[in-house]
Amino acid sequence: MTQAQTFERFIFDRQYFLSLFEALTRRGYCVVGPTVCDGAIVYQELTSPDDLPIGWTDQQDGGTYRLKRRNDQALFGYVVGPHSWKKFLFPPRIRLFRARRTERGFNIVLNDVASPPAPDTPYSALNDPPSGISPSIPIHPTAPKFAFIGVRSCELHAIAIQDKVFLGGAYVDPTYKVRRENAFIVAVNCGQAGGTCFCASMNTGPKATVGFDLALTEILEPARHYFVVEVGTDRGAAVLQDIPHRPAHIEEVQLAEEIVARTARQMGRQLDTTDIKELLYRNYEHPRWDQVAARCLTCANCTMVCPTCFCSTVEDVTDLTGEHAERWRTWDSCFTMDFSYIHGGSVRASAKARYRQWMTHKLATWIDQFGTSGCVGCGRCITWCPVAIDITEEVRAIRASEPNHKEKTDGNT
Amino acid sequence: MMSDPMIPRQYRISRVRRETADTFTLELTPVQDEGTFSFAPGQFNMLYVFGVGEIPISISGDPANPRTVVHTTRVVGTVTRAMGTLKRGDVLGVRGPFGSHWPVEEAEGNDVVIVAGGIGLAPLRPALFYILSRREKYGRVVLLYGARTPEDILYRRELGRWRAQFDLDVYVTVDRATGGWRGNVGVVTTLIPRAPFDPLNTVAMVCGPEVMMRFTALELRKRGVGADNIFLSMERNMKCAVGFCGHCQFGPTFVCKDGPVFPYRRVKDLLAIWEL
Ligand SMILES: Cc1cc2nc3c(=O)[nH]c(=O)nc-3n(C[C@H](O)[C@H](O)[C@H](O)COP(=O)(O)OP(=O)(O)OC[C@H]3O[C@@H](n4cnc5c(N)ncnc54)[C@H](O)[C@@H]3O)c2cc1C
Ligand code: SF4
Ligand code: SF4
Ligand code: FES
Repeated sequence: MTQAQTFERFIFDRQYFLSLFEALTRRGYCVVGPTVCDGAIVYQELTSPDDLPIGWTDQQDGGTYRLKRRNDQALFGYVVGPHSWKKFLFPPRIRLFRARRTERGFNIVLNDVASPPAPDTPYSALNDPPSGISPSIPIHPTAPKFAFIGVRSCELHAIAIQDKVFLGGAYVDPTYKVRRENAFIVAVNCGQAGGTCFCASMNTGPKATVGFDLALTEILEPARHYFVVEVGTDRGAAVLQDIPHRPAHIEEVQLAEEIVARTARQMGRQLDTTDIKELLYRNYEHPRWDQVAARCLTCANCTMVCPTCFCSTVEDVTDLTGEHAERWRTWDSCFTMDFSYIHGGSVRASAKARYRQWMTHKLATWIDQFGTSGCVGCGRCITWCPVAIDITEEVRAIRASEPNHKEKTDGNT
Repeated sequence: MMSDPMIPRQYRISRVRRETADTFTLELTPVQDEGTFSFAPGQFNMLYVFGVGEIPISISGDPANPRTVVHTTRVVGTVTRAMGTLKRGDVLGVRGPFGSHWPVEEAEGNDVVIVAGGIGLAPLRPALFYILSRREKYGRVVLLYGARTPEDILYRRELGRWRAQFDLDVYVTVDRATGGWRGNVGVVTTLIPRAPFDPLNTVAMVCGPEVMMRFTALELRKRGVGADNIFLSMERNMKCAVGFCGHCQFGPTFVCKDGPVFPYRRVKDLLAIWEL
């Protein structure tokens, strides 16, 4: 069989994945990507392709996440875990400045926005408030330069959404900006959908279309294990030059397309977004909010795992002598009581008001604020909710209760 | 390196004035000479007390005097209490000015009604300074001010001066009369029906507790003031003032950047939603 060639896609074999790592490391990138840790696939600094979750997959449903062995050696045969790339671009805890008391005032002695985040911050510690001063944190003169390996399409959209928050307004967050501009992104098209995924409904996947330097589709055949590569930027093209590769044959490209098309048909969940903003705006007083609030533990898991949630708190602290002060920014959640506190009490004192704030923000007010949905359909909030509250189910319930509701029937089942 | 909007600049306290038992006014000048500080009436700053915390406080001085930054603060908690112990010569961190402003220019040619409750007079004071310095450009100018008790009345000397001015109508009421108070008693909304202004040509600027603003807007509407001509200044928890932290969200709006001053039409429905 003669194979037609297309110059839009390239092929490199599994054995050259190491060359990708080397090409990135040589360019000064800190390579971060998926790895198995404590029973979940998390994003961490990687030293070689051996750190990838080779041969693992994840089983997900409302309130459940389980790792399972695959019967192959896939590098990206899982979906998404509890981490998202936001922990590198928008660090869970970062010191914004240090200050020292002077005779009649104070001096801001340091603004280390360029210091690296701690990618190994334990997940459980993300909510801990800073306890006093931590002089041990090293000061790095240069900004961290991350290469993200294995970014899914929904995650590319989530990054684009956070770009609007931190870079798109009148003020720019320098912490985010420097990390974002430095980041090299290797996307991976999803070869299977997770049990809680609904990116097809949100138009955010499963195929990576924008926002990457390189995008890979992993193909496992009995005798061959290779990647179909799409180049997104000149930077990506330069890195590809360092990896032994060749132009893809049309059949290989078609196979890759088929894989994502199959993934799109496998979506674990779906969410009908028709007039979603108006739907939620007219249902601020819906009884469904009381029902979901009766289950919600206001634990804030959903906001911590969500790749688009951007809320933070700012804490000013001093040491015991009162001579040194620091300002820290920490991830925060609209599920806490303090979040909306003003003199006289919290604005959103009830769990109902807090759940409603979260879901209405994701799906409705976000659209007014940033011109895009705040949900990319990654399913994390469903998987990691201890009581399996499901955003798609909540929307469905509110929609179904409307007088002239018609069940929407599209292909995604 | 690019400037970080979360880094305060240092300002030295040049004057402290006790307004009432729990409220004080600070006048600030920049430690490093930065030239002038210009702001629009209704905007606010984030004030940082070294090591204690940072809070949003409206600018309450005269916009025509860009050399001093003036803030009037009521002690209600940790940061305001610490701020209240600062003395002349001490240094505060300042970020700002932030947010939207009162429509003082748009109000030209109209009557202006200013309705303030308690500390809500502070963010309205720059609007009064602005309007009084161009008095001929406006129709009638009315200030309706409600305080808890006569002892809680802010800016007494100025109020006295403004009262004596025949081109400004000042009405003050207290929730609870004490001592020799012989003025109005009752909530500030009770002053609206009798206040001298032409509802069809009036711009109203309102600041106070949220319930007070809700009822004030309703009273103003009852008198016939248009929903587009009533402006409110909202308060929400604020951690950044630049749109990053998410704390100040009020429905689809961010109070720090879309507000704090909103046309009533924009927030009317939101104000009616419980625990929004
Ligand atoms: C736009 C705007 C303008 C305002 N203008 C004025 C004004 O002109 N005058 C005036 O008196 N008030 C004004 N306020 C209200 C003022 O901001 C609050 O009264 C003030 O924030 C109370 O701070 P506090 O620390 O004293 O009170 P608290 O009740 O102790 O704290 C209130 C909030 O401050 C923060 N905070 C305090 N301590 C800490 C801590 N240790 N760690 C972390 N967070 C902490 C938290 O967000 C807390 O929820 C304005 C508010 C807004 C939004
Ligand atoms: S709301 Fe849930 S499904 Fe949507 S992006 Fe956030 S975590 Fe993913
Ligand atoms: S919805 Fe679930 S994950 Fe989110 S706060 Fe409630 S209980 Fe926690
Ligand atoms: S105060 Fe932080 S977003 Fe408005």
